[in-house]
Amino acid sequence: MAPQTTFEVGGMGHSIKRKEDPRFIRGKGNYVDDIQLPGMLHMDIVRSPYAHAKILAIRTEKALKVPGVLAVITGATLEKYKLHWMPTLMSDTQMVLPTDRVMYQAQEVAAVIATDRYTAADGVAAVEVDYEPLPVVIDPFKALEPGAPVLRTDKPGKKDNHIFHWEVGDRKATEKAAAEADVVVRQNMYIPRIHVASIETCGCIADFDRARGKLTVYMTTQAPHAIRTVFALVAGHVGLSEEKIRIVSPDIGGGFGGKVPVYPGYVIAVAASVVIGKPIKWVEDRMENLQADSFARDYHMDVELSAKKDGTMTGLRIKTLADHGYADAAANPSKFPAGLFSICTGSYDIPNAFCEVDGVYTNKPPGGIAYRCSFRVTEAVHAIERITDRLAQELKMDPAALRMKNFIAPEKFPYKSALGWEYDSGNYPAALRKAMDMIGYEALRKEQAEKRKRGELMGIGISSFTEIVGAGPSKHFDILGIKMFDSCEIRIHPTGKAIARFGTKSQGQGHETTYAQIIAEELGIPAAHVEIEEGDTDTAPYGLGTYASRSTPTAGAAGAMAARKIREKAKKIAAYLLEVSEADLVWETGKFFVKGAPQKSKTIQEIAFAAYTNHPQGMEAGLEAVNYYDPPNLTFPFGSYICVVDIDRGTGEIKIRRFVAVDDCGNIINPMIVDGQIHGGLSMGMAPALLEEISYDENGNIQGGSFMDYLVPTSMETPNWETGKTVTPSPHHPFGAKGVGESATVGAPPAIVNAAVDALSHLGVTHIEIPMTPQKVWAILKEKGVAE
Amino acid sequence: MSTHRIKVTVNGAAHDAEVESRLLLVHLLRENLRLTGTHIGCDTTHCGACTVLLDGTPVKSCTVLAVQADGREVMTVEGLEKDGKLDPIQEGFWEEHGLQCGYCTPGMMMTSFALLKTNANPSEGDIRQAISGNLCRCTGYVNIVKSVQSAAAKARG
Repeated sequence: MAPQTTFEVGGMGHSIKRKEDPRFIRGKGNYVDDIQLPGMLHMDIVRSPYAHAKILAIRTEKALKVPGVLAVITGATLEKYKLHWMPTLMSDTQMVLPTDRVMYQAQEVAAVIATDRYTAADGVAAVEVDYEPLPVVIDPFKALEPGAPVLRTDKPGKKDNHIFHWEVGDRKATEKAAAEADVVVRQNMYIPRIHVASIETCGCIADFDRARGKLTVYMTTQAPHAIRTVFALVAGHVGLSEEKIRIVSPDIGGGFGGKVPVYPGYVIAVAASVVIGKPIKWVEDRMENLQADSFARDYHMDVELSAKKDGTMTGLRIKTLADHGYADAAANPSKFPAGLFSICTGSYDIPNAFCEVDGVYTNKPPGGIAYRCSFRVTEAVHAIERITDRLAQELKMDPAALRMKNFIAPEKFPYKSALGWEYDSGNYPAALRKAMDMIGYEALRKEQAEKRKRGELMGIGISSFTEIVGAGPSKHFDILGIKMFDSCEIRIHPTGKAIARFGTKSQGQGHETTYAQIIAEELGIPAAHVEIEEGDTDTAPYGLGTYASRSTPTAGAAGAMAARKIREKAKKIAAYLLEVSEADLVWETGKFFVKGAPQKSKTIQEIAFAAYTNHPQGMEAGLEAVNYYDPPNLTFPFGSYICVVDIDRGTGEIKIRRFVAVDDCGNIINPMIVDGQIHGGLSMGMAPALLEEISYDENGNIQGGSFMDYLVPTSMETPNWETGKTVTPSPHHPFGAKGVGESATVGAPPAIVNAAVDALSHLGVTHIEIPMTPQKVWAILKEKGVAE
Repeated sequence: MSTHRIKVTVNGAAHDAEVESRLLLVHLLRENLRLTGTHIGCDTTHCGACTVLLDGTPVKSCTVLAVQADGREVMTVEGLEKDGKLDPIQEGFWEEHGLQCGYCTPGMMMTSFALLKTNANPSEGDIRQAISGNLCRCTGYVNIVKSVQSAAAKARG
């Protein structure tokens, strides 16, 4: 779609430079750790070396003798205020500080408050804790075996480690489809535990002002309003009332889902500030961040796809074991314990499907949060895109042809999937065809055949994913009962400039720019003159925050709807000023003119001035509006990715030679920012495919708990991503957008795995688990007798 | 804990400070001098968010003691802009969308700034090699490479 506004106005479709960048490139961002308050104290945390142990004693005397250490807070301290446990977003419970037992390595055991961060660390080193180790449960399958130690003995009557069973679809019909199928392929896949590892870790400054009775918390949160309500609900009994709580989410150094949960450190800092009456800063270090913050994934999937011999898919069944650690502290909508995993039928018209997920407790950190992904969609996409290639291999069909054969046809939208979703719009063949053309698919297949003759290992992998984002319609979507709408409030100033506040919170997505462009598009006020604010609960309207690619689908929509309300009022004022009836006015970007007399017009700026200086009698002065947008449906971005890899027979290293990503996220606000989102998302898709994993030894010791071992991609492994677009607008979104932040993270991993398997398929390789490290791949090469 | 009197020049301004021997340079900059543009992203010298120039050479200031900077010159992100004019590296990052959350950006720009001082026309490979000790979680590095290329072209005139 060609832009409807000039570049100077900077509405939809213009790659204007980001409005937030001038402060960032000058080092003038304002992140939590940059804030210093008068009299501020520092907090550091004592953590457990054991994965499961009884706490026999915590001795604080030596720590309290360290000059500058003011207090040591333990579970016993918090128990007095009934703050030693807290609810999770999934209606489970987790400890703030333990009173008798630790449940995972690096769990918080006590907190030291001191005058500076070095002294706080000295205090941590001086706290003595006596532990008695308990049997450790690490393997989620063993956790369910009879006789496994029961971990959640705090729950009365709990006799096993099972958290939940969730299922959707038609089991019988899917089993029947499998029984009647010409071919059934089945594959176990493990999606390992990984960590978002935003470059800024988590932290906060809790500042309780005793004189005003007001608590201000500056914190690294993607959802400040929801956090305020959680604090009011959790700490209401100690006198914290919601109007006296202000959450400020300043500049955030990357979130990716890791900054949605409430971590114990935040709550301890708040409790300490309330008790001591001074601001308390807590900023975790990288090892604490990787070892104790919520993890993502950890899904053990058993995937089965049935088909006719011509490749027509007839049934999909997935059985999953989800390792949630010692508490279900995921951040899914309440009614969706496995998130939106049921998008697992993907881009294909599969008539029968059934999936089930069982959640399990183990001695690992709590979580199951997203990793730049809308609630378990990555796991679902991995399952369907991998098993589709398994089917192609089984049938000796080209994987592109198999996909083309099974795609939901463009004319079938809106499409109701077998697992109950109504896909809003799509054109899957167009996206795959475009990706094939961009990369030169047919030529690559020829090259591959020639290379195989020479013994060279080259593979081509496809992933044609469908995302499900923009949660969500209030009928089904809530977090702790709060419906998942989002909001925008716009005020037009007398000189025709604007400020708009939103219920979301950017962590790098560029909202200060894209939201301004939405308002520029709707009102014709240049984006340069639209100030965007988010993240302060005292000023911004209530919203559920930024995650699950929901900002543009929900808050962005609210921005457009609020702007349209303003345009309605502006029309009344214009009619008054031009002395015509409203019916005689026509809107053209930035102005109303009289039908048939375009020289008679009033610009939005003139109208804004009149709203404060010369408004019609009987009309309220001012020009502002607020909208709380409840989306009628989710949005379903999609795309087709093609990856070409070369495998080194000497080292087992998989080298991504080319990667083409064709995305369709509906109408685009800022093409430059969309490409940036896709580049980043692809990198976070490549990361778990090739590099990242957090595992545990049999004693529950974390492997990969620092950047020494947890391999975040550098510029050296990351290829030069190539991007392309198709545009299929969402029919129900006010400006046809779908959201894009996570598509690439979701879509990329199976493209890379499919490419690697494709490179080895002639040797009989049908699957490789992620991360596909050189060691793992080399072992396969050795087994197949092709290692050099 | 012993303390030391040190003299450090930061972005051209001389500073005297009484510091503990264990104080890290990054904390001297951020907390004592309140130059918070230099960020901390890890504790194993992997992420490079804290990169500053010490006598013109990029160092990770979380692994340099403040006392090691005694008598030397430090340049931070706050020193890039001169007389109200952005450095080409800053313009490059802004124009080519070389940043998203902005957290790794100061370190990334300092490393790139140092690269361009020794290599006025770096290849993509040179740039990727230079920034390989600076992690970015948002951009996938594609636009960072473009940013540095754009800055190099602008600096060459």
